[in-house]
Amino acid sequence: MDAPTSTTVSVQTEDFDISAEVERITSANREIGAVVTFTGLVREITGEGPITAMELEHYPGMTERSLREIVEQARTRWPLDAVRLVHRFGKLAPGDRIVLVIAASRHREAAFGAATFLMDYLKTRAPFWKKEHGVEGPVWVDARESDQQIAARWGRSGL
Amino acid sequence: MQVRYFAWLRERVGTAAEEIEPGDAATAGDLVDALIARGERYALAFEDLSAVRVAVDQEMGDLDTPISGAREVAFFPPVTGG
Repeated sequence: MDAPTSTTVSVQTEDFDISAEVERITSANREIGAVVTFTGLVREITGEGPITAMELEHYPGMTERSLREIVEQARTRWPLDAVRLVHRFGKLAPGDRIVLVIAASRHREAAFGAATFLMDYLKTRAPFWKKEHGVEGPVWVDARESDQQIAARWGRSGL
Repeated sequence: MQVRYFAWLRERVGTAAEEIEPGDAATAGDLVDALIARGERYALAFEDLSAVRVAVDQEMGDLDTPISGAREVAFFPPVTGG
């Protein structure tokens, strides 16, 4: 029987170290042949102009639960050796890292597929809210219909 | 039950969480109606229900989700993480 997927989910204010996170996963399992990482960053220029800061609010408890559910969904679709999700909250500056997704598997198809799926689902299901601080003052970011459409490509199973 | 608000709903209501006696509210939508009756701030927060999302005991639901026996109901705008 395959070893269970190693899953770690963190919701934190601190930054993360991508190399260290990858090393932790791959050093623990020499069967892994493919690691895909995605890092989301705070963009300086948004639709409303330049921003000086981005504030992220979340729903403690539900956030961790929803992230673990998203990982479970991914595990039913791909053979994964490890998944790591880190999402920051609090006040961030342009260029700061917001989110890290790592998907590790024997082969690349599963790792690429799962990393894409995890981000698509995270953007439409995890209870985080962004507030941008720009020249016009603080503005809550509106959810994007395009994110819903992108996530819909995975079908409605498990909704 | 504990009622929680996030993002601009929290700002409009003016609190992050409060204890509410749900009375005869059977669904999250009934609870919204009862909250709106409490005053202007709630009416403003819930003026556009298409922009309001619901979680009951930290599970995503909607305005038709039953709340009887629930410990915690949360209202918030569509999520924008990632």
